[in-house]
Amino acid sequence: MSAPTEDPGVVIVGAGQAGYQVAEALRQDGYEGAITLIGDEPEVPYQRPPLSKAYLLGETDRLRLKFRTEEYYAEHAIVTHLHVSAVSIDRTARTVTLSDGTVKPYGALVLATGARARPLPVPGADLAGVHMLRTLKDIDRIQADMATTEDTVVIGAGFIGLEFAAVARKLGKAVTVVEAAPRVMGRVVSPTLSAYFTQVHEGHGATILCGAQVSALTGEGSHVTGVTLADGQTIPAGLVVVGIGVIPNEDLAKAAGLACDNGIVVDIQGRTEDPFIYAAGDVALHEHPFAGKKLRLESVQNAADQGRSVAAAIAGIDRPHDAVPWFWSDQYDIKLQMTGLREEGDQEVLRGEMDSGKFSLFHFRDGVLRAVDSVNKPADHIQARKLLASGISPTPEQAGDVGFKLKDLLG
Amino acid sequence: MPKVTYIEFDGAEHVVDLPEGWTLMQGATLNGVDGIEGECGGSCGCATCHVYVDEAFLDKLDPPSETEEEMLDCTVSPRESNSRLGCQIKATAALDGLILRLPEAQS
Repeated sequence: MSAPTEDPGVVIVGAGQAGYQVAEALRQDGYEGAITLIGDEPEVPYQRPPLSKAYLLGETDRLRLKFRTEEYYAEHAIVTHLHVSAVSIDRTARTVTLSDGTVKPYGALVLATGARARPLPVPGADLAGVHMLRTLKDIDRIQADMATTEDTVVIGAGFIGLEFAAVARKLGKAVTVVEAAPRVMGRVVSPTLSAYFTQVHEGHGATILCGAQVSALTGEGSHVTGVTLADGQTIPAGLVVVGIGVIPNEDLAKAAGLACDNGIVVDIQGRTEDPFIYAAGDVALHEHPFAGKKLRLESVQNAADQGRSVAAAIAGIDRPHDAVPWFWSDQYDIKLQMTGLREEGDQEVLRGEMDSGKFSLFHFRDGVLRAVDSVNKPADHIQARKLLASGISPTPEQAGDVGFKLKDLLG
Repeated sequence: MPKVTYIEFDGAEHVVDLPEGWTLMQGATLNGVDGIEGECGGSCGCATCHVYVDEAFLDKLDPPSETEEEMLDCTVSPRESNSRLGCQIKATAALDGLILRLPEAQS
């Protein structure tokens, strides 16, 4: 093996939110070496959140989904290798082999491989008309099927499933949401909010079935026509969208011998145990000071912040990834914004009136604020982020009193 | 196409032809204007596309929605009487020549 004659620079595997952010932040931080961005989709990096919302409703287009135009990458000397994936890493030679046979040397390697939609493990899941919702390609297929069917079944009542259900109702489709757990968004929100959102969706004419197991998807020819539940009933379906969580794309890292535990293990600035390899975004399992434990977060904010931290680490700048987590979801005319991390058993305090459609739920652990969920109350959300970041907690009584200005605590 | 001038906090100017219907945030991020972030993708959820609108154009804009009003109280750089969120304003022919000054920080 001969030493490379020049620094091969940074190679980023994965051109989603995190991968894009690493490239962008490296240039912002003044990094002057080569940057190569490898993505398995044909498009330059684009924003995923609007896919299940504005894009599906036709309120925005492909061009505007992009973070940047093609010209940006050329002007900033960021080389994009699109429609190609990484198949293996040689940590000794410091090369990554791509699906088109290219062997790419790296000075630093960033794994921003993201996550893939969890497949539905039942017979019939491979029928035409059954879709995941993660990429532009998925959306194109969904839109094509939506044009020919009224009966829509959503499997999984998480963010993606419920956002899609809201759009499908807006477009006039008959919508049934099937969820195996006892309540909607059970992984992320409290029972109070689950009940609220169930009502909202039912109020818009969707059917919500919780505690319902899908046993099979049935079809005529190769196309889906129904969803059969464990209790024997079959719901007619010309389109099925499956949103039952994701699986981190850690196989590449695992095969290279990097520590993985439902996510590539990294430190607070996205470093793996290999000093030349970093990870960021949905795929990274990182020590999180706010949580006091290791977390793998699936959110735009996490991908963006961790991407910036990794870029800083490569550029030799101290910029830990320690921001308080936040998330959002748009369903019908509701903007749900969440910050912090709620746990079962936390004390819940309502701020505002639920009937007004604008309120927040404050969650306390041992009298200390740990998380806030806001429904059409963005200012509560932003103030909650500031409070959580500064470690200043209102009392539960103050949180519940709309006359008490949270801003005053921040000075 | 309406022409919009973005002036970064350090004085750098970007003159952009904005297709009608695009938001001021989209026009910035897709044309390499660094002073606008738009982290939430333009859903009025993060207040990182804060702009100061040239006074001459203020009365040509629809007033902010209740949500935008609330978010404007949450910007990192100070809110002024001409503060708006770029994701909530769509380019129209009436906005040709619009000048936007960008704040020192968005996040």
